[in-house]
Amino acid sequence: MYTPEMFDSIKKVEATRPARLSAEVGRLGAAEKDQLLAKYHPDYRKDAFSTIEVGPNKGERAPHELVAILQARSRVSGVSINADANPDVDVDVLIIGGGGSGAAAAIEAKKNGADVLIVTKLRMGDANTMMAEGGIQAADKANDSPVIHYLDAYGGGHFKAQPDLLRKLVMDAPLAIQWLEGLGVLFDKDKDGTMITTHGGGTSRKRMHAAADYSGMEIMRTLRDEAYNMGVPVMDFTAAIELLLDENGAAGGAVLQNMETGERLTARAKTVIIATGGAGRMHYQGFPTSNHYGATADGLVLGYRAGAKLLYQYTLQYHPTGVAYPPQVYGALVTEKVRSLGAQLVNVDGVAYLNPLETRDVSAAGVIRECAIGKGVPIPGGTSGIWLDSPMIDELLGKGAIEKRIPSMLRMLGKYGIDIREVPILIYPTLHYQNGGLRINVTCESPDVSNLFVAGEAVGGIHGENRLMGNSLLDIIVFGRTAGKNASEKAKGLPIPTGLNLKHVDRFMKEAEAAGVKSQTVSPMLLPDYTRHAAGS
Amino acid sequence: MSEKDNSSVRVFLFGKRYDVPAGLTIMAAMEYSGYRLVRGCGCRNGFCGACATIYRVHGDRELRACLACQKTVEDGMYVATLPFFPLVKEIYDMEQVRPADQVMMSLYPEIYKCVGCNACTKACSQELRVMQYIAYAQRGEYERCAEESFDCVMCGICSARCPAGISHPQVAMLARRLTGKYIRPRSQHLKDRVDALLRGAFDAEMDAMMNLPLEEIKTLYNGREIEK
Ligand SMILES: Cc1cc2nc3c(=O)[nH]c(=O)nc-3n(C[C@H](O)[C@H](O)[C@H](O)COP(=O)(O)OP(=O)(O)OC[C@H]3O[C@@H](n4cnc5c(N)ncnc54)[C@H](O)[C@@H]3O)c2cc1C
Ligand code: FES
Repeated sequence: MYTPEMFDSIKKVEATRPARLSAEVGRLGAAEKDQLLAKYHPDYRKDAFSTIEVGPNKGERAPHELVAILQARSRVSGVSINADANPDVDVDVLIIGGGGSGAAAAIEAKKNGADVLIVTKLRMGDANTMMAEGGIQAADKANDSPVIHYLDAYGGGHFKAQPDLLRKLVMDAPLAIQWLEGLGVLFDKDKDGTMITTHGGGTSRKRMHAAADYSGMEIMRTLRDEAYNMGVPVMDFTAAIELLLDENGAAGGAVLQNMETGERLTARAKTVIIATGGAGRMHYQGFPTSNHYGATADGLVLGYRAGAKLLYQYTLQYHPTGVAYPPQVYGALVTEKVRSLGAQLVNVDGVAYLNPLETRDVSAAGVIRECAIGKGVPIPGGTSGIWLDSPMIDELLGKGAIEKRIPSMLRMLGKYGIDIREVPILIYPTLHYQNGGLRINVTCESPDVSNLFVAGEAVGGIHGENRLMGNSLLDIIVFGRTAGKNASEKAKGLPIPTGLNLKHVDRFMKEAEAAGVKSQTVSPMLLPDYTRHAAGS
Repeated sequence: MSEKDNSSVRVFLFGKRYDVPAGLTIMAAMEYSGYRLVRGCGCRNGFCGACATIYRVHGDRELRACLACQKTVEDGMYVATLPFFPLVKEIYDMEQVRPADQVMMSLYPEIYKCVGCNACTKACSQELRVMQYIAYAQRGEYERCAEESFDCVMCGICSARCPAGISHPQVAMLARRLTGKYIRPRSQHLKDRVDALLRGAFDAEMDAMMNLPLEEIKTLYNGREIEK
């Protein structure tokens, strides 16, 4: 339940609500946006970044926490591996990560006749994909086109997306939705089958398809079910901790670790797909996160040490509306759909100070600014937040809209005595998405390490420097499937790799030593440590 | 020795007592007490069903179930996590199955052994009417089963409580896929757009856009019309 001080502010929110229901808040001009970002967006905080000293992106900047794990000690330093004689796992295609992109890749690779295996750190589907609420974009309505979708995403990503990747994303989008529909995903539809679509931040057409506010869960559980039906083997509670390269420097497998027993295994594969997802649990700049427990950028570390270059590793997405209060759900996501459906961002005085559908980076910077200039709602403990005026939704769309369109939000906050039909939601930005990641070409293969494919949130470049809502669920389907098809196709023409080794890791460690990097940390991180004794140490 | 102060509560994790600050979720209370979780923790926010947990509060005869990441600790709570429950998942080919009456009978016949005890509904961590959606599945009303079960996170608590051995989440999974694939109408505008794309209908326009100088693309972006 909210504090008395919060209720005082809610009175002001209620007082301005009738007028706000009909008045739209103007959008910022290009120059205003740039100023806001430069002053308040976390990506622009110089003291939060350091320079990478080792590897393909040497000399570029990245958040301190990422630099630390890229340059940390390997979990298998100095260990000799003999994977040629008797690998524990021997497949055509090894898929690392059992989220949406990994599952989509597995389905296509299996369909293409490959012997595939998914290894995943937690259970299959314990992943960011499962948590996506808002929806998935595709230009499939008459007033829309892939070209408009391209423009929205290109501009939203500050014109930094790799054009060929973005083109593929938007051109394949309707096919991706149709593929999901054919697998039985329950999209929100009218009686005649017309998709119910809404806006997302930065869209110029209503092209957000959804399955209530469980869009990712509905997609993930369907893909998982399909993978099981097809007989895709899954080794769960198993993490990849280093890639294995063959004698020619191409990817040829991975070293695996059982998350429970610590047992190490070697996996040999003709092609490898990194589908390890994001990095929210790195808590960059101390932000809370909306991500699942295993989002620790492992794939970036693995790929980087093997020589794959990163793109845009210096940009993260802070979702403007993470829960700021109550503390039990601090950092949890309040889906952008709440704003798509009409809820405004309102400050302590009841003023709607920013159009609710600016792109995420602009909205997040707007929330941070408002709090920084003392217009936030005070929270016990000394922080503050901004109201997301959810009761507007039922006022605008009719009673029952909240219950039908955003049931998981109603449930999440209802558990703490907050009925979002009656009172607004207190929010503050949360670390949400890794914009940057490993570089790929349109076939999903790394241009730097052959036979290594990457899909999903571990990729950098599809979205440029900021991703629009709904384009990530889309990219895991489009590029997940592409990676699965191409990795399995390429595997057909490849011999069993030989001379598997970890020399690249040893080389990387020597280079680090020569650069004067002294790290006490080991990486990949695998899981964060939230025990009290860890926090105290 | 004082029993406890007001700001802390006693929880019994697998029977062992720990004093933790009030207001923590069960998951946070475990971590506060020193457990480093591997199993039983996935999304940490009520979507994945990894953290199914059963508990009983001292003095209460009822055995309750919840998601550990969603439930705040109470004083005198005895907690046991249920990080894995062996559900039955049948294998089927979505291209072959149809939403006909026999499909449940052949894949999940145990649903017809439901004794109507309603333990599944009482245990559901999402407060779904589980017994009701099983009844719909029995009657071949797959669309209603799909709607009623839509918010299921497949934590498996219902099945753990079921005397008939039903794997409710898997039954619902099949019903939803049948509904999405065969019962709800397919989207015509989607099909039209896919056909157009496969014909290459947008290729030229896309090429033209991509070949524009960056400054012109920026102008287009900043001046684009936004659908109301
Ligand atoms: C709360 C939330 C809401 C979102 N809402 C939306 C939305 O509405 N629309 C949208 O488009 N996008 C949304 N996103 C973003 C989108 O869901 C994700 O970016 C996308 O699903 C990522 O898919 P993925 O397959 O790349 O990664 P994931 O789904 O995270 O899967 C990666 C898997 O790899 C495993 N893994 C990691 N490291 C290793 C290792 N070393 N070895 C083995 N396995 C490993 C992980 O545990 C995980 O299971 C949302 C994200 C979150 C967190
Ligand atoms: S950890 Fe996913 S539901 Fe609790």
